[in-house]
Amino acid sequence: MSLRNALRAATAVSTITASGALAETITIATVNNGDMIRMQGYTDDFTAKTGHEVEWVTLEENVLRQRVTTDITTKGGQFDIMTIGMYETPIWGANGWLVPLDGLSAEYDADDILPAMRNGLSHDGTLYAAPFYGESSMIMYRTDLMEKAGMTMPDAPTWEFIREAAAAMTDRDNDINGICLRGKAGWGEGGAFITVTANSFGARWFDEDWTAQFDQPEWKEALTFFVDMMAESGPAGYATNGFNENLSLFQQGKCGMWIDATVAASFVTNPNDSTVADKVGFALAPNKDGVEKRANWLWAWALGIPAGTQKEDAAKQFIEWATSKDYIELVAAKEGWANVPPGARTSLYATAEYQEVPFAKMTLDSINAADPTNPTVKPVPYVGIQFVAIPEFAGIATEVSQEFSAVYAGQQSVDEALEKAQAITTEAMEAAGY
Amino acid sequence: MARAVTPKRKAINTALAWAVGLLIFFPILWTILTSFKTEAQAINDPPIFLFFDWTLENYAVVQERSNYMRFLWNSVIIAVGSTIIGIIIAVPAAWSMAFVPSRRTKDILLWMLSTKMLPAVGVLYPIYLLFIELGLLDSRAGLVIVLMLINLPIIVWMLYTYFKEIPGEILEAARMDGASLKEEILYVLTPMAIPGIASTVLLNIILAWNEAFWTLNLTAAQAAPLTAFIASYSSPEGLFYAKLSAASTMAIAPILILGWFSQKQLVRGLTFGAVK
Repeated sequence: MSLRNALRAATAVSTITASGALAETITIATVNNGDMIRMQGYTDDFTAKTGHEVEWVTLEENVLRQRVTTDITTKGGQFDIMTIGMYETPIWGANGWLVPLDGLSAEYDADDILPAMRNGLSHDGTLYAAPFYGESSMIMYRTDLMEKAGMTMPDAPTWEFIREAAAAMTDRDNDINGICLRGKAGWGEGGAFITVTANSFGARWFDEDWTAQFDQPEWKEALTFFVDMMAESGPAGYATNGFNENLSLFQQGKCGMWIDATVAASFVTNPNDSTVADKVGFALAPNKDGVEKRANWLWAWALGIPAGTQKEDAAKQFIEWATSKDYIELVAAKEGWANVPPGARTSLYATAEYQEVPFAKMTLDSINAADPTNPTVKPVPYVGIQFVAIPEFAGIATEVSQEFSAVYAGQQSVDEALEKAQAITTEAMEAAGY
Repeated sequence: MARAVTPKRKAINTALAWAVGLLIFFPILWTILTSFKTEAQAINDPPIFLFFDWTLENYAVVQERSNYMRFLWNSVIIAVGSTIIGIIIAVPAAWSMAFVPSRRTKDILLWMLSTKMLPAVGVLYPIYLLFIELGLLDSRAGLVIVLMLINLPIIVWMLYTYFKEIPGEILEAARMDGASLKEEILYVLTPMAIPGIASTVLLNIILAWNEAFWTLNLTAAQAAPLTAFIASYSSPEGLFYAKLSAASTMAIAPILILGWFSQKQLVRGLTFGAVK
């Protein structure tokens, strides 16, 4: 073999070896939300650009949370990317369980991530997960029923107006409920909603010394208002209604108003699924008259890399692809601007085509109105709006929300529930050493 | 003396049995019906029972999105594998308990059953760590072992009950004819206990097929069975009930068919020893 041939052979071998080493198969744990499923459909685009293959593990939200928590705390290494939320990200980042996303490329333009999202997914200023889509909450209402009630929805209504409008829109004979809200037990379901409602009445979970605040008048006022309004104008059995149940009611024309996640806007305005698609208006989440904070939350489904993965580079490439401006343009080109993942990038809201999407402006306004570091009127020692970013919160809030759901179901009084909530929270926080 | 059953009583009993049967089957029927609806029809209020535009769209979407055959194959291997290994271990164990019991046999049987009373999540972390050490995470072998261990008490208990019904004198006669222990179990006991073993096998395949906690927590992309396939269609934000129903129907269809064809053995197995 001549020297030239030998060199050629060596080059070929090294090229094959190098390309083999570069092409990885990464495993991603995710939830079965519409935007996530859409992303799975475009995986080929990522593979074509990078050579990396993707294995998807799609799980129900609570199962996913348990599954990835088990894996990350034991360093099981089953996943190279995890879909996590704003609650877990800062806690896991602080524990060193996530790879900091500080080496992203210049083309990715990390500064374009909406500041509210960036702050919520960071710990000590370091980004630990990139938002795939973000959401706040807002009012979705039936414009025809509002008009029939002789009322006009302001852009930023108060709870007093909402209660009055709900009563006016309620038509029990025609199975129309003035307002549909979450009552289902669970920290991310009814627990999230009653927490933001309480914020908008000036209540808080803890004072600066981590003392539970359910014995304060603001909580009683918020919970009493919620229960009374739902008794007047809410659907029967709302104690077991979560996002999906209310979405179903609204799409079938059985709700005058629904206050929930901004991502619901694309569902209720989709004529394939919604019978009221062309009669939906949007407004900012309400507040109690005189209280500056509104009942809107902040959430993001984000992509993070567990510390210890052997495929960090490929995982970062995937995150850059999935949360990039190019991905948004890819979805817009294939499925229209109304279907792009919302609430993650500033530039999306500067796009002329996206500005024509009916819920775009209200979604951005709602996100911008949410401040996780100052969720309510009084000072708090925690970060988070509809949650408190401490590991103990999920357990405590699930129990507390069960007590509140029992009120909605008529099984106990507001006072009894608040007393129990205070006891549950105090005991758990003391046990945790606060 | 047996009591005579009047035609009227027989008719009432039959009607009652059908009513209870339909009541139990209704959730499965509803799931199957929903799988042929559109998402809008699936959530319609009042619910639509039969008169809707039947569609196969959900099945097409599920087929397109998921590798059903891989999930199915994993389920088959895990359910059948864990049951076969369980039976191989349980037959000698049940033999010894049934035919050469010690003073502690009853205690051992009760202790074995008591392990079923521990909530699975209580041992999730130790087992997970063990699986990491042994390299068994997301492997079918790992799940076969875990599900075999979980179902072993039930297998032993069922076989013990069947073996107790077999006269010990037959085994004694075999021994007097010179049969070794292995021959006694393999060629004398096992053939006589075939109906009992068959119903135990069927019941344990069903239990392993339906097991969701370990199969969800110990798998990722490679070894996930049909329980994970169903879980992947449950959504907290979005109405995908029709697709979820299609996935559920595809997941339960094999075991429903198996149950249908083997119902005689199953009923016999479950009622064995209950009526004397």
